[in-house]
Amino acid sequence: MNLDFAPEDVAFRDEVRTFIAENYPAELRGKQDEGEEMSKEDFLSWHKILAKKGWVAPSWPKALGGTGWTPTQKYIWSEEQARADTIPILPFGINMVSPVIYTFGTDEQKKKFLPATYNGEIWWCQGYSEPGAGSDLAGLSTRAERITGDDGKEYYLVNGQKTWTTLAQHADWGFFLVRTDPTAKKQEGISFLLIDMKTPGITVRPLITIDGAHEVNEVFLENVKVPVENRIFDENKGWTAAKFLLAHERSGIAGVARSKRGIERLRGIASTQPGDDGEPLLSDPMFKRKVAELEIDLTALEYTELRTLAGEAQGKGPGVESSLLKIKGTEIGQRLTDLVLEAAGHYGAPYFRGFPKEGGNALPIGPDFAARAAPTYFNMRKTSIFGGSNEIQRNIIAKMVLGL
Amino acid sequence: MDFNFTEDQTMLRDSIARYLQDRYDFDTRRKVVASESGWRPEVWKAFAEELGILGAPFSEEHGGFGGGAIENMIVMEEVGKALVIEPYLSTVVIGGGFAKHSGFAGASDLIGGIIGGETIIAFAYAEPQGRYNLADLKTTAKKDGAGYTLTGHKAVVWGAPWATHYIVTARTGGSQKETSGVGVFLVEASASGITRRDYPTVDGSRASEIQFDNTPGILIADDAYGLVEQVTDEAIAALCAEAVGVQRKLHEGTLDYTKQRKQFGAPIASFQVLQHRMVDMFMNLEQSVSMTYMATLKLGEDAEERGKAVSSAKVHIGRANKFLGQNAIQLHGGMGMTDELAIGHYFKRATMIEGLFGSVDHHLKRYETLSFGKAA
Repeated sequence: MNLDFAPEDVAFRDEVRTFIAENYPAELRGKQDEGEEMSKEDFLSWHKILAKKGWVAPSWPKALGGTGWTPTQKYIWSEEQARADTIPILPFGINMVSPVIYTFGTDEQKKKFLPATYNGEIWWCQGYSEPGAGSDLAGLSTRAERITGDDGKEYYLVNGQKTWTTLAQHADWGFFLVRTDPTAKKQEGISFLLIDMKTPGITVRPLITIDGAHEVNEVFLENVKVPVENRIFDENKGWTAAKFLLAHERSGIAGVARSKRGIERLRGIASTQPGDDGEPLLSDPMFKRKVAELEIDLTALEYTELRTLAGEAQGKGPGVESSLLKIKGTEIGQRLTDLVLEAAGHYGAPYFRGFPKEGGNALPIGPDFAARAAPTYFNMRKTSIFGGSNEIQRNIIAKMVLGL
Repeated sequence: MDFNFTEDQTMLRDSIARYLQDRYDFDTRRKVVASESGWRPEVWKAFAEELGILGAPFSEEHGGFGGGAIENMIVMEEVGKALVIEPYLSTVVIGGGFAKHSGFAGASDLIGGIIGGETIIAFAYAEPQGRYNLADLKTTAKKDGAGYTLTGHKAVVWGAPWATHYIVTARTGGSQKETSGVGVFLVEASASGITRRDYPTVDGSRASEIQFDNTPGILIADDAYGLVEQVTDEAIAALCAEAVGVQRKLHEGTLDYTKQRKQFGAPIASFQVLQHRMVDMFMNLEQSVSMTYMATLKLGEDAEERGKAVSSAKVHIGRANKFLGQNAIQLHGGMGMTDELAIGHYFKRATMIEGLFGSVDHHLKRYETLSFGKAA
């Protein structure tokens, strides 16, 4: 047992750190500092820089554009991105659908989708959840029937509704779970389809969340014709691909590096914000205690993640530990935003969406960080709900780990 | 011992509840919150004239109904249930409280204006540097002939854009954090030397930053830190009652939703892990009711007993608001995250109440100081 990074890992860390420092777009940094909403172009600008460098998809097989990094290097990479507070690479294309495509797809599908996804030319969205199928995802009812088109080709005619579809307003393509056999047992009649979001019959409707943001959407599908060659893996075997994808979705959800960076930020805030006695909040024993507890819990999570990583390096796949990482990671992320809001005091109340914070030389409205404190706290409540709620994750551990 | 309401008190509750049910539905509120003014003066008028509730906690000699803190509690619980944004707390509880207890020369007129619905008050007490310390004041008041002039920056003044008057705390003497030398002033919103910056709040209300620059004000009370604490305690007790209303809706809404929502072929309310969570929500709510009664009934005690009672209630309510709010969202799943459902709006109000007039930590410390002494 040994906690030190090897010299070559330290050298790698320095290389990565330098690259980010020299290449991260200054304009993006400015927008992040101002708490501005990110546009599609903003998300893609960093993606494209990394694609050019060859670092946008470290986990992919090397032949397809992966970096061939060790688990430790991948860990360092995610640490360094968080440390520099870079805009996240959206997971839907790189980390979610692509592994499904290169694992289950045909050569043609790989050729058509993987390079374009890698280069940021395709923006993906995820058509999984439905109004009636959330935790019970396999209960989905969006229907796909085989038809022969006027052109003599085979299609699926898709009808139904998806929901909580993140950033679908920007999406070029979506990966959808649809029911192709309504008579089979629920997991056995599902297929995995790639759907061009420009196909007639698709309507994307915004869902505004409690923080006022437009991040998620409802997607309505009405007689949407999808060529049969856009199905991944066998008909009615989509659940196998979906389960595979869910495991990928959960790895990395611990967000250790981002939470570390968040705690650093919180410490910065609390060392300048006044407490009740006018001294910095961080010298208030009660507040300091909560930050300390959060740090300790994050350390426990970090070393659990490192043990998982070390296991992966020895060829053990990411297993059910990912449920543990998801539960603890989201709880810590949520507590962090709670403490930032607490630090804001009275200035947690003002709300600035659609309302300019800059008012010329008018009265200042509290410290800069406070403007986003409450919306971020509200927004982060989603993390214990999505990607399999934390209750479902506990069920998974009970069943798969404890054998109950 | 008696925890029953009188017939008059029950009537008061019924009449406001009925009015709000008819005229204050969630969709209407959403539209009002998004409108330019952000409130409905006609609701206030109805509170004054149709319902007469603005006189509920004032004595008959002032033109009120002879009620007090319990009447405030009843009204505020209904305010919480309907997420009312019109400023009952700052006008009737706080403005009325300062007028009643100070007995300053203009008290009767002020109360008359409140009861009639013409006078609307915002409480300008917080300052950018002061966090929850009521004595941390940089705003100064200088004697100027018969009156005073005020200069300073007041932070997050809830309801200020709608107010006709501000009640302002300012130093007539003493140093920045001293409890002596704290004066309370009445300032007309139209007075000279006022710069105001209005903004919405995250829970659908409105507030302002206010800069006073040699603004004329009338002295309500000087060397009045004790009075500021007393009225703030009354405000906190009323805020706890509002929280009870909010918590009831969070709890009921969650019960209803989980009974309807089916996953894995069953209502999710049938899953034991969720049942236990809802039981914990229920216990938190019941104890919030108990603490609110306790604090309200002890408002007339001496400063130490009153302070302990109010701070302990606020500690419990702060924690319960967080527990009920977070779990209401969690048990609603994705639906809880949408702006379209009322539940998220109750969560947001519950979150704001956590911090209003002092966080859980602030009131724990105050309780410790009052209960164990400063040396402890």
